[in-house]
Amino acid sequence: METRQQRKAAAQGAGPGDPRSPASLLEGTDRETLLNYYYQMVLIRYFEEKAGEMYTRARIGGYCHLNLGEEATVVGFCAGLEADDYVYTNYREHGYAICRGISPAVVMAELFGKKTGCSSGRGGSMHLFDLKRRFMGGYGIVGGQLPLAVGAAFALAYRGAREIVACQMGDGTTNGGPFHESLNLAKLYRLPVVFLIVNNQYGMGTRVDQGSAVPDLYRKACAYDIRSERVDGTDLLAVLEAVRTAARIAREEREPSLIEAVSYRFRGHSVVDPDRYRPEDEVRRWRERDPILLYATRLKEAGLMDESTRQELEARAQHEVEEAVRFAEESEFPSVEELYDFVYAGEGGR
Amino acid sequence: MAEMTYRQALHDTLREELQRDENVFLIGEEIGRFEGSYKITAGLLQEFGPKRVVDTPICENGFVGLAIGAAMLGLRPIVEIMTINFIALAMDEIVNHAAKIYYMFGGQCPVPLVIRTPGGGGQQLSATHSQNLEVWFAHVPGLKVVAPSTPADARGLLRTAVRDDNPVLFLENLALYNTRGEVPEGDYTIPIGKAQVMKEGHDLTIISYSRMAVVALDVARRLEQERQLSIEVVDVRSLRPLDHETVVNSVKKTNRAIIFEEDWRSYGVGAELAATLQEEAFDYLDAPIQRVAGAEVPLPYSKPLEQAALPSARQLVEAVDRLAIRKRRVVYA
Ligand SMILES: Cc1ncc(C[n+]2csc(CCOP(=O)(O)OP(=O)(O)O)c2C)c(N)n1
Repeated sequence: METRQQRKAAAQGAGPGDPRSPASLLEGTDRETLLNYYYQMVLIRYFEEKAGEMYTRARIGGYCHLNLGEEATVVGFCAGLEADDYVYTNYREHGYAICRGISPAVVMAELFGKKTGCSSGRGGSMHLFDLKRRFMGGYGIVGGQLPLAVGAAFALAYRGAREIVACQMGDGTTNGGPFHESLNLAKLYRLPVVFLIVNNQYGMGTRVDQGSAVPDLYRKACAYDIRSERVDGTDLLAVLEAVRTAARIAREEREPSLIEAVSYRFRGHSVVDPDRYRPEDEVRRWRERDPILLYATRLKEAGLMDESTRQELEARAQHEVEEAVRFAEESEFPSVEELYDFVYAGEGGR
Repeated sequence: MAEMTYRQALHDTLREELQRDENVFLIGEEIGRFEGSYKITAGLLQEFGPKRVVDTPICENGFVGLAIGAAMLGLRPIVEIMTINFIALAMDEIVNHAAKIYYMFGGQCPVPLVIRTPGGGGQQLSATHSQNLEVWFAHVPGLKVVAPSTPADARGLLRTAVRDDNPVLFLENLALYNTRGEVPEGDYTIPIGKAQVMKEGHDLTIISYSRMAVVALDVARRLEQERQLSIEVVDVRSLRPLDHETVVNSVKKTNRAIIFEEDWRSYGVGAELAATLQEEAFDYLDAPIQRVAGAEVPLPYSKPLEQAALPSARQLVEAVDRLAIRKRRVVYA
């Protein structure tokens, strides 16, 4: 049985090319906040471009998955939450970490494997973490973050706390067992958790309809009687509104919900992916729907951002990223004497 | 001291830890309304309510992951996995998450979690329902693995495990639940990572754990009577961390070692112990280390076949004989 929201979304065919974010958000939010969303999107954009560059210059090792093209989902998701809510993500998480308030310098330092990184150089690109900012991690196993997020929500419910948990995943993740087990448990125990599927339409080289028998991913939630909707993931305000609503439901009604934000990644799966499986014209079409440009246009049309403000914000973001690289370069690697630190908590050593 | 079963010791300890700390809760399949497949949690739902004793659907990956997430926020979950045979479904959560979260995130987030689960063969439950998979976990840094053999150890180690800030695999054995023994009262704890000398001796050392330690102790006592052999029995109790010191010291004293374990022989606990003895007590060894372990087959159903596959007291005595022959050779050479 589909929920009301699901029918609405289906009827509207919401998704790419069909922006439906409410004008009210644009009107009802103060200018500074709206400009800050823009700032965050360009900050992530520059950060990711720089991360790609640093990877090719061998400053960053391992895997490196970028959020290029997904900025509206990242910023909209984080902006819909409160500072003390808990966030779990997959490995494509630099942007989320930054939006949760981890400084780009500390994120970059982690990518460089430095001691000053947010996981003290133990995690790298896929495993950013900051307990203080309630950024509960980047996880490298597809779907691994979902049961953990449900467990965090369980702890909040157990304590009668007001905070909620928000959990991001990719489209490919919805085909695995952890997704289904997690949704079932969240509904069964009525846990305050918001699931966000960033449907960038590919899991590595597998297109969403090649991996999922139900390519309308938001509909999967109906198997667990969980409220769900699909939004245009290139539209910051649409994502923000959906997350805000889901967060309110989690906070007040102690019910989980699921959001599918239809989006696209501008580059390959990871920095080294030559991206041969996607048609060129498809990539081009989506690049034209650049969420940053779309949002800039809306701000301009609403008279909230003129060209000089825009340039100023972009220059500031660029500067912050340069500073992040400088900080990461100048930071020390962890000393090898620390190799065995953190294997076990408390005394008891190795 | 009170005499009780291994089952009772576990039950009482769970109950006391639930009473002691609001953050402790139990979670697993059929542990509440059904009172646990092996009745360890009998009566606890009634006493503590569904918030503290949480029944789950059949989804080992999901509820183990849930427990890890809850532990990340400071709760202290005690998970029951009905039997260790189903733990493969939760392997990702235990090995990739519970074991690594503290390290991988630079020491920011401990995972105080206990996973209790019974294993072992001998009940004709066949291949998918009678296994000893402890080595899977003992292999992984970041986890602690304990396997108590007596009611007293079950109590002391479970208490410590619940209060430990790390994920602890707490391995029970189906065949031990009804065994009886004296159990100290009060806030009795046993440190994780300390072996126990169950019986002192000077002719040879049998190193074991869990159910096989009970068999070993029995054999040692018998041979003491029958053959005037003085056998030391060491129960390592904790597979990770492993108490090398007690094991090595014992063999330095007796100069002979037999390792007696229920799990498969290759790459098993015995392999680790034998390698350690070779590294740290080579000069003290008067004979090759003997290993008695489970046959390397999926456990069969048919009774004679199953019995043949499990390590036995008879095989242990044969191993003692092999050492004793060598002992004579050394003496008379
Ligand atoms: C359990 C598991 N299987 C396979 C992989 C390898 N892998 C890494 S990312 C990925 C694709 C996941 O796609 P999706 O969930 O859509 O996320 P996206 O990368 O699009 O953000 C795969 C198969 C993995 N990390 N974990």
